[in-house]
Amino acid sequence: MTRAVNETTVKVRAPADSAFDVQRLRADFPILAEQVHGKPLVYLDNAATAQKPRAVIDAIAHYYRHDNANVHRAVHTLSERATAAYEGARTKIRKFLNAASDKEIIYVRGATEGINLVAASWGRANVRAGDEVLITAMEHHSNIVPWQLLCEQVGARLRVVPISDEGELVMEDFERLLTGRTRLVAIVHCSNALGTINPVEQIIERAHAAGAVVLLDGAQAVPHMAVDVRRLDCDFYVFSGHKLYGPTGIGVLYGKERLLDAMPPYQGGGDMIKTVSFDKTTYNDLPYKFEAGTPHIAGAVGLGVAIDYVTAVGLDAIAAHEHELLVHATKILSGVPGIRFVGTARDKAGIVSFTLKGVHPHDLGTVLDHQGVAIRAGHHCAMPVMQRFGLPATARASFALYNTREEVDALVQGIRHAQELLG
Amino acid sequence: MTQDLRALYEEVILDHNRRPRNFRRLPEGSNRHAIGHNPLCGDQLRIDLRVEDGVIKDVGFEGAGCAISTASASLMTESIKGKTVEEAEVLFRRVHDLLTKQGAAGDLGKLQVLAGVRDYPARVKCATLPWHTLEAALKNTAAPVTTE
Repeated sequence: MTRAVNETTVKVRAPADSAFDVQRLRADFPILAEQVHGKPLVYLDNAATAQKPRAVIDAIAHYYRHDNANVHRAVHTLSERATAAYEGARTKIRKFLNAASDKEIIYVRGATEGINLVAASWGRANVRAGDEVLITAMEHHSNIVPWQLLCEQVGARLRVVPISDEGELVMEDFERLLTGRTRLVAIVHCSNALGTINPVEQIIERAHAAGAVVLLDGAQAVPHMAVDVRRLDCDFYVFSGHKLYGPTGIGVLYGKERLLDAMPPYQGGGDMIKTVSFDKTTYNDLPYKFEAGTPHIAGAVGLGVAIDYVTAVGLDAIAAHEHELLVHATKILSGVPGIRFVGTARDKAGIVSFTLKGVHPHDLGTVLDHQGVAIRAGHHCAMPVMQRFGLPATARASFALYNTREEVDALVQGIRHAQELLG
Repeated sequence: MTQDLRALYEEVILDHNRRPRNFRRLPEGSNRHAIGHNPLCGDQLRIDLRVEDGVIKDVGFEGAGCAISTASASLMTESIKGKTVEEAEVLFRRVHDLLTKQGAAGDLGKLQVLAGVRDYPARVKCATLPWHTLEAALKNTAAPVTTE
């Protein structure tokens, strides 16, 4: 018997009432019971990767235990199940982003591969010598280097919108740098190093008016806010599954169908073709044209369940909870002597980046780890941001739906401990 | 504080972090230089040496680093001053072994405090950075060295 896909995915409890019960949600994440150096784990490195709910872990195990086969290939039952699960997840992603069609949802390894796909395929077909690609000073390396590579290859110019001392885009400079030469605007929706949420609606509108195509890097945005690609009217949107409580190695490129249709393939191989002969190969239709080779089927299934999970909890409720943590963290961290916040934008996600006088972020990271508190210390793959603020590194705490005020308090306690030790 | 954390942040390390020795740009007369960079954490370090007749007469370092790299650099400058270039190179290899090889034997005197870093794989590069930079300075390598 073919088991329907929806039965193989683990049921996600809808909240019984509208109240956001963080303790009940925490019970959904097995790893939160871990002890680190004899202390309860306080996981505040969610911008690097989020932990996975049991529903996602179980769905992946269930897929391998019951449904595993290659997709789009065979007529046997397991292949049908695997294909249904894989394509069912694509439909969930399409609904999650409110895209118009499943054809617009391309599976990739993560946001990085999504950007590289657009740079290599759309970029080489559309960006010419003398054209410009516009990015910002707060981009992750993954939204800088692919464009540098493209610009070097075709002789185009990379322009960079500067950021203010608060870590906000300088919109006057954006307006100035956006010209008739701008082919593409590639911009982060929410900054991983600063937490800044960019005014992307305004940027997209202005870019379109100037005749440019817009790619949004949504790696940090999708876990924290509802994203509607049709309302935004962005041309491309990328995100990674693992920051959205899903598995690593799976992510999504959304692209408008007419753009994707006109783009040459990114990689050649199986599944992306209709017919192959040595004279002529016909490429497959969307979305398969961009999915050469056996994909990360279990990853797609897990991502679909992660989307079920956050949808059941409610992205608005998650955003409100994380905002409350951000406000609490900002308030009590402000009382820590010698602290400097890096990134104080008016519109911010649950990310707190900071430095401490006399305590290097790396030492803070080690001391906090001994308290069970996991944070990120470093340049956050955004070296230009660090250069902008004249810092080698910052410490960063980033929040997820399962974090609590008590965990923020544990962070502050750990910081004071590090200051006593190293100060 | 937990006992194992104290093994990393020994009193000697903390002291050299708070008051790094030879933390200065060498004036005129320094003749060997190198810049070290740890791309993982963004730390940068510059080392200046004044080598005369094969002997390290003076040494200074500059940069922004964590407690481990700062203390490692500070302890290093103390231990190499007055040594010959060959002796410093031998010391580099011995310290490198101390930091990266379990059960590395030998008494390195004050430098032995760095052994605690070995149990923190993520931090070993913090401690080795100044030494790699020293090696580059001894060879007067122009290109910046990295821990990668």
